[in-house]
Amino acid sequence: MIRKSLFSLLGTLWAGAASADWALNMPRGVTELSAETYELHMMVFWWCVGIGVVVFGAMIISLFMHRKSKGVEPATFSHSTTAEVIWTALPVVILLAMALPAAETMIKLEDSRDPDISVVITAYQWKWHYKYQDEDIAFYSSLDRGSVEARPKNSGIDPFDVENFLLEVDRPLVVPKGAKVRLLITSSDVVHSWWVPDLAIKKDAVPGIINETWFRAEQTGTFRGQCTELCGKDHGYMPIVVEVVEPDAYLAWVETHQQDGERVAASQ
Amino acid sequence: MTTAVAEAQDAHDEHHGPEKGFRRWLFTTNHKDIGTLYLIFSLIMFFIGGTMALVIRSELMQPGLQFVHPEFFNSMTTMHALIMVFGAVMPAFVGLANWMIPMMIGAPDMALPRMNNWSFWILPVAFGILLSTLFMEGGAPAGGWTMYPPLILQTGDAFPFLIFSVHLMGISSIMGAINIIVTILNMRAPDMWLLKMPIFVWTWLITAYLLIAVMPVLAGAVTMLLTDQFFGTSFFLAAGGGDPVMFQHIFWFFGHPEVYIMILPAFGVVSEIIPTFSRKPLFGHDSMVYAASCIAFLSFIVWAHHMFTVGMPLSGQLFFMFATMLIAVPTGVKVFNWVATMWRGSMTFETPMLFALAFVFLFTIGGFSGLMLAIAPADIQYHDTYFVVAHFHYVLVPGSIFAIMAAAYYWLPKWTGHMYNESLGKLHFWLSTIFVNVTFFPMHFLGLAGMPRRIPDYSTQFADFNLIASIGALGFGISQLVFVYVLLTAKKGATATDRVWEAPKGLEWTVPSPAPYHTFDTPPKARIAEEAFE
Amino acid sequence: MPHAEDRYYVPHSSHWPIVGSIGLLFLMVGVSNWLNGAGSGFWIMLVGVAVIVFMLIGWFGTVINESTGGLYNDQVDYSFRMGMFWFIFSEVMFFAAFFGALYYARTMAVPWLGGDSNNFFTNNILWEGYEATWPTNGPAGVGGDFAVMGPFGLPLINTVILLTSSATVTIAHHALIAGQRGILKTFLALTFILGFVFIFLQAEEYIHAYEAMNLKLTSGIYGSTFFMLTGFHGMHVTIGAIMLTIMWLRVMKGHFTATNHFAFEAVAWYWHFVDVVWVGLYVFVYWM
Ligand code: HEA
Ligand code: HEA
Ligand code: CUA
Ligand SMILES: [Cu+2]
Repeated sequence: MIRKSLFSLLGTLWAGAASADWALNMPRGVTELSAETYELHMMVFWWCVGIGVVVFGAMIISLFMHRKSKGVEPATFSHSTTAEVIWTALPVVILLAMALPAAETMIKLEDSRDPDISVVITAYQWKWHYKYQDEDIAFYSSLDRGSVEARPKNSGIDPFDVENFLLEVDRPLVVPKGAKVRLLITSSDVVHSWWVPDLAIKKDAVPGIINETWFRAEQTGTFRGQCTELCGKDHGYMPIVVEVVEPDAYLAWVETHQQDGERVAASQ
Repeated sequence: MTTAVAEAQDAHDEHHGPEKGFRRWLFTTNHKDIGTLYLIFSLIMFFIGGTMALVIRSELMQPGLQFVHPEFFNSMTTMHALIMVFGAVMPAFVGLANWMIPMMIGAPDMALPRMNNWSFWILPVAFGILLSTLFMEGGAPAGGWTMYPPLILQTGDAFPFLIFSVHLMGISSIMGAINIIVTILNMRAPDMWLLKMPIFVWTWLITAYLLIAVMPVLAGAVTMLLTDQFFGTSFFLAAGGGDPVMFQHIFWFFGHPEVYIMILPAFGVVSEIIPTFSRKPLFGHDSMVYAASCIAFLSFIVWAHHMFTVGMPLSGQLFFMFATMLIAVPTGVKVFNWVATMWRGSMTFETPMLFALAFVFLFTIGGFSGLMLAIAPADIQYHDTYFVVAHFHYVLVPGSIFAIMAAAYYWLPKWTGHMYNESLGKLHFWLSTIFVNVTFFPMHFLGLAGMPRRIPDYSTQFADFNLIASIGALGFGISQLVFVYVLLTAKKGATATDRVWEAPKGLEWTVPSPAPYHTFDTPPKARIAEEAFE
Repeated sequence: MPHAEDRYYVPHSSHWPIVGSIGLLFLMVGVSNWLNGAGSGFWIMLVGVAVIVFMLIGWFGTVINESTGGLYNDQVDYSFRMGMFWFIFSEVMFFAAFFGALYYARTMAVPWLGGDSNNFFTNNILWEGYEATWPTNGPAGVGGDFAVMGPFGLPLINTVILLTSSATVTIAHHALIAGQRGILKTFLALTFILGFVFIFLQAEEYIHAYEAMNLKLTSGIYGSTFFMLTGFHGMHVTIGAIMLTIMWLRVMKGHFTATNHFAFEAVAWYWHFVDVVWVGLYVFVYWM
């Protein structure tokens, strides 16, 4: 709580009369692992703050107390083995305290076995293609019209008037809450990267290779992300939207979209 | 003996000064002239790269595209980085090495003076070629300074020019590094044994080793790009049994040591300056040397921390995470030793000291964010966002660049024989320090909130911090004009004494200011023990 | 000349470096334009090459004059030696990049395409039926079927040739130190002749690969690593053999003494380096 208020205080100071929806910190996200990642991030952050307080504290004391203008005579010591051993060993211990939980989370992140749903994601310059492995559903997902119209130079449209400017797609990826979703990610041309912060997943789409990752969303909602590997001129214009819905709604959605795979295939 | 040799011998005997006019600069073999050339070149490149940064920041000032097209934006990002890294920071440190190392170790000049000239004069060719791509069909390279395939293969006419300019930068760096190593190992004054060397010389020795070890690897990597593009090889093509990710491994095998190439000499500079203005010997000189060596060694085994999202096997992720985190230990030793040097010293705050102090503060902040990035699961969130941009600008701008500024102020009186304008120096410092933070601190927030890097336009929720960062960048840029003014008026100040500062240590302070064109004709045997090290 | 002993020779000024830079400018711009399809690029490149050759001759000529003129003391000599050592180290790292690529492709990329490690789906979805073997031209069979270059025949002969040449250059070196100019001349000549024979046979091997085996630079990752490694090595042998020839010409002119022959030694080191690379190549490219 202190952290939150500290951050928002900082934020208010910095941004003044800014619009309301900016964020300062990593989102906690909606999966178990996104929460774990967030905790890791905060843990390391606080360690750094702590070390920073000690190091900068010592430095600042020195800067104010040990100045020539105060008539201080310089000491002459130039080493101390004890001190050096301490400040070599202590960081090692601190690092271990960070590394172990991090390794644990990493191991979980990589365990994409036994999914409930599997989606093959193929990146194109500059859109995404989703294919549900066990359903006959496949479709492209590209930047939404609203943003497409507003994005060119001198478009005359103020980005602030476009809802979810550059973060909206024509067709989102739909998945059920609570299901383990495995993503099989690849690319048709250059390297892209599929990232949704709230799901704490980012995985590169590499042509000729399939990368695996997974998530299990614990809340319904619409979660937005972007391509995060430079992929050419429209790299900034290939957002990702994932809609997490109740399992029933998901089944209904599948029902109405079953034939899409064929339609897309036919239209190619 | 042929006449040519006889002439050379005569010229040598009569204690020649510099040649006149442009011939002096084109043909020079004098380490001071070449150092000056490097430093001026670096400053020009800093302004060109900085101007590109300002293009980036102007476009990002508000959401929506205002000034440039996305492809040109990407070119700006790519060229900005290449120019800053290879054109500004590295040559600046080589320039400092050229000027200072022979003076600090009591050598008459660099070991291989003609090659020294060539290392420099390759650079204008390399960057001339690189900059000319701005006017080519298909535009300048736009695949990022990391040049990942297959994207970089979509570059237009600029492609081979990019590759060859990187080759030239590599050749120049390697020759420069060879020269520095040989000078340090072979030309020291007789009683300056290795662990007595000034710490700047030490860090450069290690840096030069890193350069020779990794620049050829970069050359190999871009050569493979070239053959993949023009000669049908399949290094980075999965269909042919290669792997696009392989490029990333080779690139970062170069790229990670490269970032230490840009920081180790900075550590050296700061380790020279802090003792001088604390009036106290450097704390733990020897452990500083060991720490720098440790950093250099570790830098070879951490490269894939840039690749936590490419789909490496788990064991790889864990190994590279642990190895990367370890670098915090020797770097910590450095930071603690600097603080211990200040501790109970008798400090004054001239401009070089101010820059050095800001370096310690702000580099450490950049190091902390580096450590956060090393945590693999968290890096999956940070990767390719502005958090990374914030990290590396903290270690590079108030890191490397500030150290270069500090060095320039510290040694300027030795170079010119005059004191620079101290109040303007301080003004430059305070403006730079304030604006550098205004520019780069908000980028941490942007990254955490989800703004990817290398995008020309962004969603409206990122607007505020981008505006602040852009204002900061403009301010930082303008502040650098103060620096240029200080340099241009450097010769107008009071005459500098030989020692310049109150209590500096090292041979360079035993020669007159300005340092004579040829410093040590005969090695300064006895002087080291007595004067320089007391 | 008392100076040479106690004073490090610092040359006055030199126009050779800037000539070299101009040469590089023409060379790089020329090659780039040529690769981009502009025929004029080729001629620009040739100008560059000519300027660089001119520079090399002039530069080395100056150095040779200074050396024979006795301007270099032992310390200068030592600088040259160390410079050469670190230059060779940089070359080692250049080759390391390509050996690294070979290693990565063989032990990682190719098995992954075959479904190894965390790449089950890579194989399952994208490259079904591809089995990881080495040599390979990849799951798409880039460049078509090819035959594999075995370790016997020409490559083995070439190995013997290079190893022999390493021995002959050492004999020549010892002869130089012992002042036996006759042996020096013979064995040095033998060395560069072996070098040129090696290059000739390597060319034969390439022709055979291209014409009879359909093994080309474009034959997937195997062809890429094979030709790039052997090709860069071949280039180095060529340079080495030319330098040996020059050393031989200098020997014929009476250059070098038992104590002062840095250039000779540098070339000999270079030759040994080229030899060691070949052994690596033979083991990792042809044999394993
Ligand atoms: C001068 C350049 C420089 C320096 C010195 C560093 C230093 C470090 N860097 Fe940085 N880095 C870059 C330049 C640099 N980096 C660049 C340019 C990139 C991006 C390239 C690109 O993608 O374009 C990058 C990217 C980068 C990444 C990849 C991010 C990503 O793309 O996802 C990572 C991940 O691990 C990383 C880590 C580190 C670490 C751990 C250090 C460590 O060396 C830091 C160590 C220092 C400290 C930790 C502070 C001082 C220590 C103490 C006070 C002791 C006690 C502390 C503890 C025990 C915590 N860096
Ligand atoms: C040493 C290296 C270095 C240095 C010094 C800098 C300096 C700066 N960088 Fe740099 N930057 C990189 C290395 C560096 N950068 C790298 C490696 C990348 C990654 C590229 C990639 O993704 O591929 C990057 C990317 C990068 C980005 C991200 C771009 C993107 O992702 O699309 C941004 C955005 O703000 C940025 C900004 C800045 C700014 C504002 C400065 C400022 O500090 C610059 C200040 C200097 C000046 C402004 C000069 C003064 C000029 C004038 C006063 C102009 C007027 C005068 C005349 C024209 C005569 N940089
Ligand atoms: Cu797709 Cu960036
Ligand atoms: Cu790194």
